[in-house]
Amino acid sequence: MYTEQQLELLELLATNGQIDPGLAAQMLGLEKEDVIDSIERFKTDGVLLGFTAVIDWQKIHSHQGVTAFIDVKVTPKRGRGFDEVAERIHRFPEVTSLYLMSGAYDLQVVIEGKSLQEVAQFVSEKLSTLDSVISTTTHFRLKTYKHDGVLFSKDDDDKRLKVTP
Amino acid sequence: MKPLADRVERLAPSGIRRFFDLAGSMEDVISLGVGEPDFVTPWNVREASFAALEQGYTAYSANAGLLELRREISSYMKTFGASYRPEDEIIVTTGASEGLDLAFRALVDPGDEVLVVEPAFVSYGPLIELAGGVAVPVSCAPEDGFTVQAETIEAAITERTKAIIFCFPSNPTGSVMSRDQLADLALIAKKHDLWVISDEIYAELSYEEKATCFATLPGMQERTIIINGFSKAFAMTGWRLGFTCAPPDVTRAMLKVHQYGMMCAPTLVQFAGIEALRSRERTVPPMVKSYRQRRNYFVKALNDTGLPTHLPGGAFYAFPYVGHTGLSSEEFAENLLMTERVAVVPGNVFGTSGEGYVRASYASSMEHLQEAIRRIDRFMAQLPQAPKHVIKK
Repeated sequence: MYTEQQLELLELLATNGQIDPGLAAQMLGLEKEDVIDSIERFKTDGVLLGFTAVIDWQKIHSHQGVTAFIDVKVTPKRGRGFDEVAERIHRFPEVTSLYLMSGAYDLQVVIEGKSLQEVAQFVSEKLSTLDSVISTTTHFRLKTYKHDGVLFSKDDDDKRLKVTP
Repeated sequence: MKPLADRVERLAPSGIRRFFDLAGSMEDVISLGVGEPDFVTPWNVREASFAALEQGYTAYSANAGLLELRREISSYMKTFGASYRPEDEIIVTTGASEGLDLAFRALVDPGDEVLVVEPAFVSYGPLIELAGGVAVPVSCAPEDGFTVQAETIEAAITERTKAIIFCFPSNPTGSVMSRDQLADLALIAKKHDLWVISDEIYAELSYEEKATCFATLPGMQERTIIINGFSKAFAMTGWRLGFTCAPPDVTRAMLKVHQYGMMCAPTLVQFAGIEALRSRERTVPPMVKSYRQRRNYFVKALNDTGLPTHLPGGAFYAFPYVGHTGLSSEEFAENLLMTERVAVVPGNVFGTSGEGYVRASYASSMEHLQEAIRRIDRFMAQLPQAPKHVIKK
């Protein structure tokens, strides 16, 4: 089990994966070594799986790309449920996220491709042809407002006066 | 022309004002001079005020405030172990500041003395004087982490002493008095038959243990006026929403002042207050956690720059000692602002016992705090005889 401070460290890392271990230690009242050891333990335990950056690709004009959210209905396999088909889908490098959902469909597949055609090709040739897949509905992302808790339009100017009692 | 009111003319202008003007005229200032949260009011609370506006709640409310809000306040106070009836013991005010004004005006006759536990919020003294009273400072002891001793209070009591006001967790020192320490003050209040005005605006921002509501000490509810509000815990400073909790006769007296002077707190804002209290378990703890992390970092970092700073148990202020630099509080703050563009508030504006200290708010982003520390470090390094790491006892 993790301590209260270790859980708080996970929360800090979730909002800032780049945080300096020495700084995190000061914020949590720990020693730097404790933080480094804890991070190692999170990795070993498979709790901390990696660090990524949140990038607003919309600002990179040369970046060609589309993101599609695909609702997939599938037939679960006896004994293996949805896991078997999920494992077949998540191995495709185009798939950036894959979730089992409650509700009107079973799997949500997030695909990144260079163009609509590329995504369409993936859906028709790779995804729909899987035996278990019954149907797919593809939605393309038009604009990102917020991703993983990060706002994509800056709204953080300090509106306070400089000195107040 | 006939002169303006003498009582007002005699009031000294707030010492913060000059700093405000100075810092306001400069670019690239990192301000640690702000006495308010750096969070914006939680979205659900802002959204609740839109809804009230859409539904047309634009009329006056009851003088004491919406009964629905007073009921929420009553159940909120229960989380501190205090029991107040919404009907006749709670008034919704236009900020805690109005609550302070009501309390002084309801209690103080001309010449009555009110003990002010200092360093203190800048409004107490002037509001007491405007009510015709005399503010008598009582100093907290730096060596006790800026708490106040019962003997110190007792020594300041005269036959004209009518009330005492204090604020824990404290603005400007961030210090917290334990329940036992407060119980000592309660004995004094009882022994000398004093009214107690307990400003608990920072009660929610207490990092080691839940803050004690003074009225929950034995025999204190009947002689205590609790001042509280939404500004600090709910990041709602600009909304101006506060409340008082007091015995029925005191509440009745304060309500007279409130109904003639203010009528009621803004109705839309009161609806936002209802939402703030109802959602508090979701919105407040993450803010408190974030302040605590920043406090831990900032206080250690200040100590490392050579400014001895006690670990404050609450609020969002650090109160570092600067006397060993050979500069007065004002000189230190002014030099720091002019050379490194970091704004702090000189401790003496909070009372003479704040001399030798400055108030530095850590309600600022970690990036700003780290940059402020870099600048303070540089500032300390260039001081002529800055003795590093001198811990004052």
